Amino acid sequence: MNTPSLFISGGLNLPPPEIKICFCSLFFYFFSFCCYRAMKILVAVKRVVDYAVKIRVKPDKTGVDTQNVKMSMNPFCEIALEEALRIREAGFAKEVVAVSIGPSQCVDTLRTGLAMGADRGIHVETNSSFLPLTIAKILKSLAEVENPGLIFLGKQAIDDDCNQTGQMVAALLGWPQATFASKVVLDKDKHVATVDREVDGGLETLCVELPAVITTDLRLNQPRYASLPNIMKAKSKPIKKMTVQDLKVDVKSDIEILEVTEPPKRKSGVMVSSVDELIDKLRNEAHVF
Amino acid sequence: MQRFFAARSILGNAVKTRRSSFSSLSSSLLFDDTQLQFKESVSKFAQDVIAPHAERTDKTNSFPKDVNLWKQMGEFNLHGITAPEEYGGLGLGYLYHCIAMEEISRASGSVALSYGAHSNLCINQLVRNGTTAQKQKYLPKLISGEHVGALAMSEPNAGSDVVSMKCKADKVDGGYIINGNKMWCTNGPSAETLIVYAKTDTKAGSKGITAFIIEKGMDGFSTAQKLDKLGMRGSDTCELVFENCFVPEENILDKEGKGVYVLMSGLDLERLVLAAGPLGIMQACLDTVLPYIRQREQFGRPIGELQFIQGKVADMYTALQSSRSYVYSVARDCDNGNIDPKDCAGTILCAAERATQVALQAIQCLGGNGYINEYATGRLLRDAKLYEIGAGTSEIRRIVIGRGLFKEQ
Repeated sequence: MNTPSLFISGGLNLPPPEIKICFCSLFFYFFSFCCYRAMKILVAVKRVVDYAVKIRVKPDKTGVDTQNVKMSMNPFCEIALEEALRIREAGFAKEVVAVSIGPSQCVDTLRTGLAMGADRGIHVETNSSFLPLTIAKILKSLAEVENPGLIFLGKQAIDDDCNQTGQMVAALLGWPQATFASKVVLDKDKHVATVDREVDGGLETLCVELPAVITTDLRLNQPRYASLPNIMKAKSKPIKKMTVQDLKVDVKSDIEILEVTEPPKRKSGVMVSSVDELIDKLRNEAHVF
Repeated sequence: MQRFFAARSILGNAVKTRRSSFSSLSSSLLFDDTQLQFKESVSKFAQDVIAPHAERTDKTNSFPKDVNLWKQMGEFNLHGITAPEEYGGLGLGYLYHCIAMEEISRASGSVALSYGAHSNLCINQLVRNGTTAQKQKYLPKLISGEHVGALAMSEPNAGSDVVSMKCKADKVDGGYIINGNKMWCTNGPSAETLIVYAKTDTKAGSKGITAFIIEKGMDGFSTAQKLDKLGMRGSDTCELVFENCFVPEENILDKEGKGVYVLMSGLDLERLVLAAGPLGIMQACLDTVLPYIRQREQFGRPIGELQFIQGKVADMYTALQSSRSYVYSVARDCDNGNIDPKDCAGTILCAAERATQVALQAIQCLGGNGYINEYATGRLLRDAKLYEIGAGTSEIRRIVIGRGLFKEQ
């Protein structure tokens, strides 16, 4: 019987097949385990008008007035960051990187993220306001540089309600996506994530292989407060500045915003006295049919 | 456009977040980025965790029982802001402590007063005057929120004239026996650790006062009935009774006969930190009034368009901003080591008297509704009034400043 020799020389003395398979699978397990432990999570956070602010449309109808208005991190992005932090704390990831795209004040949003517990930040500085496809292209470039095992985003931003960026990032990268997540469970051995999604009909459970893109919904978790010791620690965490040119992204957009107006003011309701009157109003006033 | 109300607590409570946007106007003048971040964070915490209990605390005259606010504030590292890190504190200064105090006061005046008594009157006095052994014994649990702290100097017959206190501490073998009463002790009913001043030498006047650390459960120490106060209801206050209470030698704070220095120097910082209390109340008044005047219509338009109302609101705003500037400038000065008793007294004198006026105007802006207890303005007035009395009455503060100015060359 051949005595199995070590695989180092890779020469003629091959061990018997059973040992080889065992060794290979052991190596693969160790490799994937290592990958898992070294896994990075990228979280995209957006700086938006604070949810409590009553917004006004600018008189020139080019957009919403953001001068002297309180800005903060998009609530769904906070939930995304919280989930990433919990995954890191559970030992499934090594690093949480927060990224924000926008003007210089985005650094404040990143600092909030660092104060919550992110390890470092990336600020892609630009004064243009990009639509989801451009953002997705930027995030794709970043993902190719950073090689995260997971990308977390909020399901949508509360200023434009697009609900597109996460899906577009996944498509551009060719990665699986699980959107509207209300529960995320990682499986260390199988290198997959089991995600409960909130859909119109109820809850759908998906199993996605990593690396993947997950977008977060309201009931996934309750984000933590930034405590004072963490705010102090965040001061020394690095924020890397980049530009769209650094990432070689084409920012030309096919979409142009023509006009932004307020919705018509809600009229008070009307009591109808009969079904006929209801049908008449539905047909002739509301033009429902 | 749809806006999602992604509140931190999604239990479906109808918490109307009263986060106003004008705090960003004043803050950029007074605070740096880190302090602003801290203010934001404490504000969110206070509005989510403390504010929902404010009304019920006032109505029932008891500190919230179904949640452990002491522990939650401890987990948020709010108690030991000025305490060294080795005991669980943050090792920061009075500026941060004032920021925390203001935001908690904005959420609930009663909770803030109890918090101030615990974190400044008790914890900070231990930090400044305690021995290493005393700090190691008492600070960790106080800072985590497991234990509650208090301080007692006033007596039924010794308020402003606190030095004339009659509470006696007779020297015996191994310690002292304390006899007497203390009045108006905030947190008295629930405190595990109390700093109490007593006379070790009744003939030496002020030089005969000594500060002691009392523990709940000590033989001879008991608390009498909870006081039924006009405002700050829920910040449990009571009378302390000492009947042959034995206190061991090692429980003296600083040295025998040096109590008056502990007392007086502690009062300066107490006044500074508590001065942030009326700031929070004034902010809470504006938080209530501004949405109301935008909404309430009379004579066919929002009352906020009427000049008289605009005048009142302008006065409220400038009173708040000017008091704020004073308090935080003095806090910064104290952090740099310049503690001036005149300015410390000045901050609370100024802030407290203005807060009462601002609260009165807040009631007036709400008109008939301001007179209904369903609205917060009545409670804000009753809470504000306390700050003109506690930590030295306005009259005493004026004497401190006037006498100080007179003595200066």
